[in-house]
Amino acid sequence: MRKLLSTLAVAAVATAGIPHMAQAETKVGLLLPKSGTYAALGNEIEAGFNLALKEAGKTGDFKIVVEDTEIKPPVGLAKARKLVLEDEVDVIVGIVSSGVLGALRDFVHEAKVPLIVANAGNNAATGKSCSPYIVRVSFSNGQVNRPMAPWLMEKGIKTIYTLAPDYAAGHQMIESFTEAYTAIGGKIIGGEFTPFRKTKDFGPYLTKAKSANPDGIFVFYAGGEAISFVKQYGSFGIAKDVPLFGSGFLTSPLYVKAEGDAAVGVVASLHYVPTLDTPENKAFVAAFEGEQKRPPSEYAVQGYDAAKMLMGAIAAGAKDRESIAKALPKVKYVGPRGPMEIDPATNNVVQNIYIYETVKQGEALTQKIVGTATAVRDAPNGCSM
Amino acid sequence: MDTGYWALQFLNALQFSMLLFLLSIGLTVIFGLLHFVNLAHGALYMLGAYIGVSAAASFGSYWAAFFLAPVGVTIIGAILYFTLIERLRHAGPMNQVLVTFGLIFVFLDLVRMTWGDIALGLEAPAALAGSSEFAGISYPTYRFFIIAVGAVVMAALWVGLTRTQIGAMIRAGVENGNMAAALGINVNRLFFLVFCVGCALAGLAGVIAAPVFSATTGMGISILIPTLIVVVIGGLGSLEGAIAGSLIVGFIETLGAVFLPEVAAISSYVLLAAVLILRPQGLIPARG
Repeated sequence: MRKLLSTLAVAAVATAGIPHMAQAETKVGLLLPKSGTYAALGNEIEAGFNLALKEAGKTGDFKIVVEDTEIKPPVGLAKARKLVLEDEVDVIVGIVSSGVLGALRDFVHEAKVPLIVANAGNNAATGKSCSPYIVRVSFSNGQVNRPMAPWLMEKGIKTIYTLAPDYAAGHQMIESFTEAYTAIGGKIIGGEFTPFRKTKDFGPYLTKAKSANPDGIFVFYAGGEAISFVKQYGSFGIAKDVPLFGSGFLTSPLYVKAEGDAAVGVVASLHYVPTLDTPENKAFVAAFEGEQKRPPSEYAVQGYDAAKMLMGAIAAGAKDRESIAKALPKVKYVGPRGPMEIDPATNNVVQNIYIYETVKQGEALTQKIVGTATAVRDAPNGCSM
Repeated sequence: MDTGYWALQFLNALQFSMLLFLLSIGLTVIFGLLHFVNLAHGALYMLGAYIGVSAAASFGSYWAAFFLAPVGVTIIGAILYFTLIERLRHAGPMNQVLVTFGLIFVFLDLVRMTWGDIALGLEAPAALAGSSEFAGISYPTYRFFIIAVGAVVMAALWVGLTRTQIGAMIRAGVENGNMAAALGINVNRLFFLVFCVGCALAGLAGVIAAPVFSATTGMGISILIPTLIVVVIGGLGSLEGAIAGSLIVGFIETLGAVFLPEVAAISSYVLLAAVLILRPQGLIPARG
């Protein structure tokens, strides 16, 4: 059945493709989770991507094929193959999960298809397994977490207890933070990795963290786990004794409404905060709110910037896979999150990291920026292009 | 690690056990009485949470959600019963598993279409917000409430099953459905009643879990596995089995997370395997 379908599809592409040959449109494969835990992230990235094209009046110049990775590495790889071999896309954009990114890496590298990573933060993707065809416009796990360390030391938080889900990203976020924090004299007095996607009740871990009596708790949680974690942290009343810090995904604008008052006072670091006071960001927020009736999250901005970078590369004359891959790292622009460029040494984005506190403004929760680390750049970490 | 610490962890375990109990009792009795494998039970739990969120939003009160979510889920359950479950009663376990497994995804996408992918929060009522002191221990009030609801339901079911006529009929139906029917019990009506109660309890579990865990599209699937483990460990069809199974799984998962976090993820599976090898009928099965 599958074979029959793909044969039919190839036939359809082969016959239908001919009259379109003359058109100079760029074919984009959007490879995102459209089902499962991270479906909301996929939708948010797609919304941001489409918004950038629409604003520029270039929706007609791009033909977009959307595929669902289901957050499963083998599925993601199969879909990437389909996009490249069947749909013959010029560029792939997306990838939320680091696991899926890891599975795709060799394929896009060898097929020489440019991949714009719009979320997955695995350090290795722009480190020892970097590729001239993989450009990351989102963030790396290390980049987001390192700036939190000096800020905490400055505030007199000298001992930390860490918590994160037990999977690759969870470990990497905590390790990056730990490395930066201990290097400047901070002490990690304990920590736990909770079973990923299986932990619903954080009560036992919170009780344990509190009894260790640290100056602060530093965590990485995202998605549904972030909501459960913050709410349970709030209900245990730990805030009055031990403050909560974390990777900024913890209190992302996408989830903060569901977290409610428990999120107030949590300080976290992230590459984008919707309350940034710049003309670029205000215009972006207004446009996004006009369409979606809620403030944009970091995921929306990642999709938006992916489209901006791609349009920048095409404006610079790129028109096929090879030239897009060459032009992407040279694009520089000031976007909603501030000045952005791609580091030619790693193909990872160089950007500001904002340390923000979730505060209550009237009835709504919003973000107050309490610190900024400018132009944060990753060390090459074994990357050679 | 003082006694207060252990008391807190004990309460954490008890609270999780009660949630598991509310879900597994419906599943196990439906299984025992109807011989029906309803994998969509987790989806009903998810619906309870989402209906609760909507009810609280429209009536502005958690208590509206608390009462309306079980009612809403029961209505959905009744529709399911008449359209699918009744037809599948004699279709064999494989067909039942396939259909109800499919239902999980149908409900998942219905929820995504209706409520969206972004997780939704439900505020606990003001009276239950914050923490309260109990015997010198400060513990979230809402979690005390979950434990209390679980205990009340447990007591009510125990009285209902062991001390009332309808309870005797249900027990007779579980023991031997054909014989019960021959003695003049309207087994079909009994089945429907039990199915509805099971659905209502799943809805109740969903709505009381929502303020702690929030309503997410993945919640139905992720709770299904521990619930099935409880049912298998406890023994099919029995109230005592569901109580014992919930407490065992709740305590193993919670204390495992504290003592041996490295193996917390697999501890209940190990127990499941041990029970299946050593006592495949479960610890306290309904039929001897």
